[in-house]
Amino acid sequence: MIQMPTIVVLVKQVPDTNAKIVVQGDRVDLSSVKMVMSPYDEFAIETAIRHKEATDGTVTALTVGGPGSEKILKDAKAIGVDNIVRVWDDSWSELDSNALQSILSETIQTMGATVVYCGKSAADTGAGSTGPGLAERLGWGNASNVIGAEFTDSVVVSMPVESGVAKISVALPAVISCDKGDFKVRKPNVKGIMMAKKAKVELLSATAPSSSINIASHSMPPAKPAGKTFEGGASASQVAQLLRDEANVL
Amino acid sequence: MTNMIVIAELSKGSIHPSTAELVTAAHAFGGEPILVVPCTDASIADSVQSLSGVSKIIAVKSDVFDGNDSSGWASALDSALPSGTVLCLATTRSKDVAARLAARRNISVVQDVIRIDGSNLTSPIYSGKANQTVSVSGEAVITVRANVFDAVGNDGTCDVSVVDASGDVKTAVQEIMQRASTRLDVSEANIVISGGRGMGSPANFAHLEAVADTIGAAVGASRAAVDTWAEIPHSMQVGQTGKTVNPNLYIAVGISGAIQHLAGMRSSKYIVAINKDADAAIFQHADYGIVASWEEALPVFQEALSAMLG
Ligand SMILES: Cc1cc2nc3c(=O)[nH]c(=O)nc-3n(C[C@H](O)[C@H](O)[C@H](O)COP(=O)(O)OP(=O)(O)OC[C@H]3O[C@@H](n4cnc5c(N)ncnc54)[C@H](O)[C@@H]3O)c2cc1C
Ligand SMILES: Nc1ncnc2c1ncn2[C@@H]1O[C@H](COP(=O)(O)O)[C@@H](O)[C@H]1O
Repeated sequence: MIQMPTIVVLVKQVPDTNAKIVVQGDRVDLSSVKMVMSPYDEFAIETAIRHKEATDGTVTALTVGGPGSEKILKDAKAIGVDNIVRVWDDSWSELDSNALQSILSETIQTMGATVVYCGKSAADTGAGSTGPGLAERLGWGNASNVIGAEFTDSVVVSMPVESGVAKISVALPAVISCDKGDFKVRKPNVKGIMMAKKAKVELLSATAPSSSINIASHSMPPAKPAGKTFEGGASASQVAQLLRDEANVL
Repeated sequence: MTNMIVIAELSKGSIHPSTAELVTAAHAFGGEPILVVPCTDASIADSVQSLSGVSKIIAVKSDVFDGNDSSGWASALDSALPSGTVLCLATTRSKDVAARLAARRNISVVQDVIRIDGSNLTSPIYSGKANQTVSVSGEAVITVRANVFDAVGNDGTCDVSVVDASGDVKTAVQEIMQRASTRLDVSEANIVISGGRGMGSPANFAHLEAVADTIGAAVGASRAAVDTWAEIPHSMQVGQTGKTVNPNLYIAVGISGAIQHLAGMRSSKYIVAINKDADAAIFQHADYGIVASWEEALPVFQEALSAMLG
C-alpha cells in the first residue's frame, strides 16, 4: 500500500522578469515593479500537481514572505493546489539562506511533508541554494535541475548531466528543484480563479536565527566599454584576428 | 581569522584549471587557503601541488566523488574539512554541494560571486540586471564564478595529506540517456557559438557547427530557435529559461539580443555579434559587432579561423 503523500511546493514572489531594475541610492527600487511568482516555481507547481494526480494526497503551496506575497499563493490556488500557507514574522526583514532554510525546515517538519518541490533558482537571487540546503537540514535526498518526473513510491526524475539526460531515483522524503521541463504548465481556469478568491491563506510563524549575511549595497553592473562595430561580411576576418591578438581568447 | 578552505573543482576525473582562480579568490577574502581535493584516487592532487599561496593540501578520498549525489559529497567533505570559510566553483554540482555543506554547518551560502573585497562579496541578481554586495560576518560557504578571477601562479610546493571519508548517498542513477550528438554542452565550454531565428532553418546550424569544430566551441541557441525548430533541443537554449553561460567568448549569430537571452550570456568575457540589423540590441553588448548577414560573414570568419588555427 503506497502511503498518500503530503506534497509541499515552495513559491516565491519576485519582480516580473521583464521589469527594468533601477537602483536608487544604494538599493534596488522595486516600488513600481510588478511582482509575480518566480518562473521555475510554475514548473514546481505543475510537477507537484502531477504527483498528486498519480498518487492522491494533497498539495500545499508555501511561501515565506510579507502580506504582499499572498497574491502568488492565490495564483497557486487558482492553478489547483489544495492549501496555501504563508510564513512570516514582522521582526523579519532580509533573511539570509541560513535563516530562510531554518524557517522552511521547521515549517515542513510541522506539516509532515513527504516531498517538497521548488524552483531550481529564484529569479531574484538566482542562487539555487534553497532546495539542496533545505534537504540537508531535513536529512533528505534531493535532485536539482529536474526536467521531468515519474511517480511511484519513489520519484524518478530526469535531469541533464555531462553525457546526456540521467534518470535518477530519489527515495522519499526528498526535495526536488524544478527547471523548465519539456511540458506545458497548466494555467488557472475561471473556476479556479473564483475558488482562489475565496480561499483563506493560513498564516504561520517560525523561529529564525539572526542573519550573518547582510546586504551592504546594490549597484548597476558597470557599463561595458563600447565595443567595435564593423560593416559587411568581409570584416569577419578582421574580427577573427582581434579575437586572437587583442582579446586573447583563441 | 578563521580558516580559508578551497575545494578543488573536479571535471572528468581530474582537477579543473579554474581551481587556480579559487585560490586567488581566497587570497582576496584574506588568507592562504587549505586546498581540499575530493577524489577517488589521491594522485590527481599532484597536479595542484605547485599552486602558489596554498598553505596545505588535503586529498579527501571517497567513492561518493565518483557520482553526483550532493548529499554524499557534502557529508564526506564535512567530515574531512576543518571549520572555516569555504570557497568552491559556481558549477551546477558545486553549488548544490555548497548549499548542503552550509546547511550542515548552520551557516549561510553566497552563490555566484564575481567580486571579493575582504568580507564584502558581490554577485549578480535579477539575472544580471543588478549586482548585490553583501557583508559576511563569521563563516560562510561561497561559490565563485569561473573566468572572473585570475589564476594564481605556479611556484608553490605543497605536500599532500590524504584523508579517507565516507558519505551517505541518497539518490541512485537508473540510466543515462546519451546525448544524441557528442557535441560539447554549452555550460561546459569556454567558447560558445549560438544561433537564433535569423539562421533561417535548423539545417543552417551546420555552419555554426563547422566554426565550433574549428575553435573548440559548443553550439547554443536562442529560445526562438528552440521553439521554432524541433531539431534544436532545449538543452541548447541559452537564457533566462535556458542555461546560463559564462565563457571566455560568446558568438551570437542571428540573435536579436532580447533581455531574456542576455540574462544567460551577458557575463561572457567577450561577445561577438553577427546580425544584419545594425539596430539589433545585441550590438550594445558586443565587444565586436559585425553588421552583415551570416551568409556573408560566416564563410569569411570560418576561413580566417581555419587559417589561423588550422
Ligand atoms: C518568460 C520568458 C523567458 C524567455 N527565455 C528565453 C531564453 O531563455 N532564451 C532566449 O533566447 N529567449 C528567451 N525568451 C525569448 C526572448 O524574449 C526572445 O523572443 C528571443 O530571445 C528571440 O530569439 P532570436 O533573437 O533568435 O529571434 P528574433 O528576435 O526574431 O531575432 C532574430 C535576429 O536575427 C537577425 N537576422 C535575420 N536574418 C539574418 C541573417 N540572414 N543574418 C544575420 N542576422 C539575421 C534579425 O535582424 C534579428 O535581430 C524568453 C521570453 C520570455 C517571455
Ligand atoms: N521566501 C521563500 N519562500 C518560499 N520559497 C522560497 C523562498 N525563497 C526561495 N524559495 C524556493 O526556492 C527556490 C530557489 O530559490 P533560491 O535558492 O533563492 O534560488 C525558489 O524557486 C522557490 O521555490
